[in-house]
Amino acid sequence: MTVADIIKALPLTVIAAAGELSKPVEGGYVSDLLSNVMGFAKANSVWITMQGHQNVVAVASLANLSAVIIAGGASPEADAVKKAEAEGVVLLATDLPAFEVAGQLYGLGVRGL
Amino acid sequence: MSEQGLVLEFPLQGANFESAGEASSKIKRVLQQIGVRADIIRRVAIGSYEAEMNVIIHAYRGVIKAAIYPDRTEIAVEDEGPGIADIQLAMREGYSTAPDYIREMGFGAGMGLPNMTRCSDEFDIQSTVGVGTNIRMIFQHS
Ligand SMILES: Nc1ncnc2c1ncn2[C@@H]1O[C@H](COP(=O)(O)OP(=O)(O)OP(=O)(O)O)[C@@H](O)[C@H]1O
Ligand SMILES: [Mg+2]
Repeated sequence: MTVADIIKALPLTVIAAAGELSKPVEGGYVSDLLSNVMGFAKANSVWITMQGHQNVVAVASLANLSAVIIAGGASPEADAVKKAEAEGVVLLATDLPAFEVAGQLYGLGVRGL
Repeated sequence: MSEQGLVLEFPLQGANFESAGEASSKIKRVLQQIGVRADIIRRVAIGSYEAEMNVIIHAYRGVIKAAIYPDRTEIAVEDEGPGIADIQLAMREGYSTAPDYIREMGFGAGMGLPNMTRCSDEFDIQSTVGVGTNIRMIFQHS
């Protein structure tokens, strides 16, 4: 599965790095705590969060995550979008709450273990 | 005989969240150019980011150094700051003194130091209250 496949199935808006949608998706992780993501999210995971600032982009980039989904209608900050574009970090946004995003991804076969 | 190594060095400024993580990103990029294994680079990036952020969040200023050898990468982070009174307590998962405005950005899980020990092959921390903290991590390339 790729990020593009997820975008086809869920109501996600591409906010940054539209050219990177062929990245593989091998798992999912939900957390708003950055060090928790650093420690426990696996490489090539999609990360669901309500955080929209640029440190999220740094974490996603350094931990080799395939995309960040900013859920619950939270909006990414302008410098986060700029940084994501520069670093090729896919930023997606949705009005769906985080629980619903995770559930729909699980339905597509994305796992958290 | 001194070893052949590539040394990178970046200054860090406390409370500077705009460029937070940039030093670790640069180290990561150099390791990629050298052709170090992706899973090892990821571990270096995680350890170096946690140490870099701790300077930005908890200290006044510091420097992060990466020494890249054929068989390993060493990360050394030295700061001027308040230091850590009880290192054993600070190393505990979930322990954090991060203030609220920092927590609102998603920091302060109390996971940074545990992550550093987990992702590195060797980890060393020295700290003097009122002076600063030194962290050293070694990552073997195979
Ligand atoms: N460089 C440092 N200077 C002074 N105190 C530090 C430093 N690094 C860590 N500490 C102290 O140790 C505690 C634990 O650090 P740790 O990195 O594990 O968690 P955190 O930084 O609080 O949160 P997180 O890393 O999960 O965002 C910190 O809250 C702080 O009190
Ligand atoms: Mg920390």
